[in-house]
Amino acid sequence: MVTNADFLALEGKPGNFTAKLNIRPRYIDADACTACGLCTQYCPKHHSDPYNEGLAITRPIHIDYAQAVPATYYIDPSSCMHIQHDTCQICVPVCQSHAINFNQKPEARDLKVGAVILSPGFGKIAPETLEKFSYGKHPDVVTSYEYERMTTASGPFLGEIKCFSDGRHPKSIAFIQCVGSRDLGCDNGYCSSVCCMYAIKEALVTKEHDPEVDITVYYMDIRTQGKDFDAARERAEAIGIKFVRAKVADVTPWDNHLKLTYSTLDGQHIFAAHDMVVLSVGLESPKDANKIADITKIDLNHYDFCKTETFAPLQTSQEGIVVAGAFQGPKDIPESVTQSSGAAVLASTVLKKQRGKGTISKEYPDELAVTDDDEVRIGVFVCHCGINISSVVDCPEVAENAGGMENVTYYTENLYSCSQDAQEQIKKTIKDQKLNRVVIAACSPRTHEPLFQETLKDAGLNRNLFEMVNIRDQCSWVHANEPEAATEKSKDLVRMAVSKAAHIQPLPEQTVPVTPKALILGGGVAGMTAALSLADQGFQSVLVEKSSKIGGNLLNLKNTLAGDTTAGYLKTLTTKVKKSSKIDVVTDGTLAQTSGFIGNFSSVIESGKGKKKKEQTYDHGVIVVATGGHEHRPDLYQLGKSKKVVTQQELEIKLAGRAKNRAPNSIVMIQCAGSRGEDLNYCSKVCCNHAMKNILKIKEINPDSQIIVLYRDIRTYGFAEDAYLEARKKGVIFIPYEVDRRPVVTSKGSKVQVDFFDTIMQEEVSMNPDLVTLSVGIVPQGTDELSKMLKLPVTANGFFLEAHVKLRPVEAAVDGVYICGLAHAPKPVEETIVQAQAAAAKAAMPLVKGYVTVDPIVSSVEQDKCIGCGICVSLCPYGAIQMEKVDKKRKAKTISASCKACGICASHCPTFAISMGGFTNEQLTCQIEAFGNKKAEETVEA
Amino acid sequence: MGKAMTQREGAVMILGGGIAGIQAALDMTDLGYYVYLVEKSPAVGGVMAKLDKTFPTNDCSL
Repeated sequence: MVTNADFLALEGKPGNFTAKLNIRPRYIDADACTACGLCTQYCPKHHSDPYNEGLAITRPIHIDYAQAVPATYYIDPSSCMHIQHDTCQICVPVCQSHAINFNQKPEARDLKVGAVILSPGFGKIAPETLEKFSYGKHPDVVTSYEYERMTTASGPFLGEIKCFSDGRHPKSIAFIQCVGSRDLGCDNGYCSSVCCMYAIKEALVTKEHDPEVDITVYYMDIRTQGKDFDAARERAEAIGIKFVRAKVADVTPWDNHLKLTYSTLDGQHIFAAHDMVVLSVGLESPKDANKIADITKIDLNHYDFCKTETFAPLQTSQEGIVVAGAFQGPKDIPESVTQSSGAAVLASTVLKKQRGKGTISKEYPDELAVTDDDEVRIGVFVCHCGINISSVVDCPEVAENAGGMENVTYYTENLYSCSQDAQEQIKKTIKDQKLNRVVIAACSPRTHEPLFQETLKDAGLNRNLFEMVNIRDQCSWVHANEPEAATEKSKDLVRMAVSKAAHIQPLPEQTVPVTPKALILGGGVAGMTAALSLADQGFQSVLVEKSSKIGGNLLNLKNTLAGDTTAGYLKTLTTKVKKSSKIDVVTDGTLAQTSGFIGNFSSVIESGKGKKKKEQTYDHGVIVVATGGHEHRPDLYQLGKSKKVVTQQELEIKLAGRAKNRAPNSIVMIQCAGSRGEDLNYCSKVCCNHAMKNILKIKEINPDSQIIVLYRDIRTYGFAEDAYLEARKKGVIFIPYEVDRRPVVTSKGSKVQVDFFDTIMQEEVSMNPDLVTLSVGIVPQGTDELSKMLKLPVTANGFFLEAHVKLRPVEAAVDGVYICGLAHAPKPVEETIVQAQAAAAKAAMPLVKGYVTVDPIVSSVEQDKCIGCGICVSLCPYGAIQMEKVDKKRKAKTISASCKACGICASHCPTFAISMGGFTNEQLTCQIEAFGNKKAEETVEA
Repeated sequence: MGKAMTQREGAVMILGGGIAGIQAALDMTDLGYYVYLVEKSPAVGGVMAKLDKTFPTNDCSL
């Protein structure tokens, strides 16, 4: 990790680049700094805190936030009195670890790298764009960044929202959408794709703080097109957040209020007063985009974002350099994360010959054997967490108290147990004091348990000989106003942990070898891309396609919004797949049966038809689910009844043909036909773009064609907004309809009639167009059966559910199974390709490693006690328990590699035959008894 | 001339230590390569570190 670094130059060619960096001095020695924070307390100079958007004051010597990585303070030279004026230096003697060093100089460094991934993020909208909304003129007009810090519980105002003008709590807040996006005034014609979501989030958070506050969101279109995003919008509406379709002209100060002037669709100009205005500012290309482009010679698009192609969305114009995140185009976290994994697989392809050569594997000392006969020696470490715990809980008292407990041979306190020096101290103590159990009372095991377990391993102890007590979240935070009670509770929790610790046993680390092969279900663009990416990494795969031909939905599409033809791309892709020696294509194939776990699956594939039907068994280590989806065909709007009613896909095929009247003179398009509350509950993300694509094609063939689009929200997010603007320029009329007033289509003979309420003219309209086109949405392809077979959860809408929507977007809850393409959610081909590459990256990881490690906290069955009832097998959500025959009796058995340690089996076993590693009945009983013991003592004393 | 790092084969440079860069760095490591994560500010984390909760689940983002 190289921080504080400027990227100056890039030389060489793919596989052999030299990057030149300039590393600016921190003026603090990273190895010595313990992040104690004393220097910041003594520094006399004020410094506006950029981490808090300038809403708070910090000091030139500071750290951005407690969890920052690296956890080293730094000096901002722009306001340090010593660096600017050669005075002060108060911090130098204050620092106990002598970490401050004003003699640090900028350092030039060359990095030899084979590939480059560009992920510089995005920039901010210029303040001039915000001026018309009185930003900078009135203190109660804030940007969404500032508002985010204001609502944050750990932010400068501890989450309390107040007007900056007079400190009152705002009773009415306005969010203005599309500030600096979809705005030709600042040359940002594109949609920033994230503002609608964060505005809704911030509005919901505000309502949580104060349910009485009145919130209005002023918008043009609400673009919550992501997976299950519409549901959040509905939730917001349900709790009373108002959404007003309007363009806000300006904001002017009005006494201590703010006056908004906005115009609605029907041409009215309206004024509204609010206490506070939040500007939903968009994402701009990064400030140094041009500099990066100059250095790397990559092309930028007309908005200065990195230029990429629809069918190669992460490849820059320079070989060996790939892009990920918002620099490729404005996007949210899950999509950025997906792109990063995709970019990793592309960079890996450039470098594959050198795989594994540069990495270092960590070595641990031999593990100390701990048996039942050994004396139990417990060490208790109580963490102050700076002042996070110690300002409430009396840490010395808690430690002292622990010292008196049975089996505790050592106790101490740490300022920050997680700091580098404390870690070393703990390791030393374990050895010196011959500790064989460690209890740390600190923060949350969710974040810090792995770190401390690593410390134990370094000290030669099995990592399970560890108990963590959360006296921060459970004591100092929740009982901040009752320090005495918080201290008592801390003592209780520590006593319980000590009692349990006496009974914990070392658990062996297990590893299982991996079959280096993938099974890919679905031969559309997602499946094919995943197979090819894995082949590029050197791994075999079996690609199973249900129909007789690979290609999927691309077979039905003709061109893309960017103007590429799909046929050429599809041909290249299918040829590559067919020619690849690493891909085994099975058409007319279905998955009949599968068993096993990550690294060791075995699946039966049925293929062929009629007499040629056969079954074949494959062993493989991972599964990529790319089963896709297809166009929904709702039994609505006369679809299938009138020849004049077609879907967008049918229209696309028609437009690509040669028929004379393929682009008729009058067309009505109905968006969300069957979606967002009709047959389907969700937004299909692609239909608006699909409509624009067809509209522009029609206008190309027949410029006089009159097109009316009836819509709810036009969701041409990202750069697709350009196409929407183009369509409007070409005279296409867009009329929104309300959900309770959907258009009605009727047909009589060869005529078709559309009746709708024109929200712009405020009148009922009846038309007889030559053609009605429906944007019908996408439904998943048969996820039901597969979901049962693989134990994969699906969403309410039938799409496969990812392990974590933000941070693990292509992994399934079941280890070794990855999801991409339409089976995950509706999305355009560009995003499908990225997701398939990401799925390939994730799938390649266990294959590269060659083995999987199994967390030792898994369930285990004492087969003597097992009566073979099978309750556990039916309850296990991960398919991790199987029945086997032992001496002709049915017995349950845990497949350790699949077990997630949820404990459902153990809690339901009627004979207590199942126990969880690290959470045995004995251990838990001791823990509970320890709590009761003290109460008993108290009663006796009383 | 800058000081050359010890030569590492199979290395990649990732420019930008926000959520995209961090994820790419983790994935490249898991795929078996050495990573230089280059960030211009003093800490990695990018914009996501400034966010309180995330849409639509309102999970904590840190």
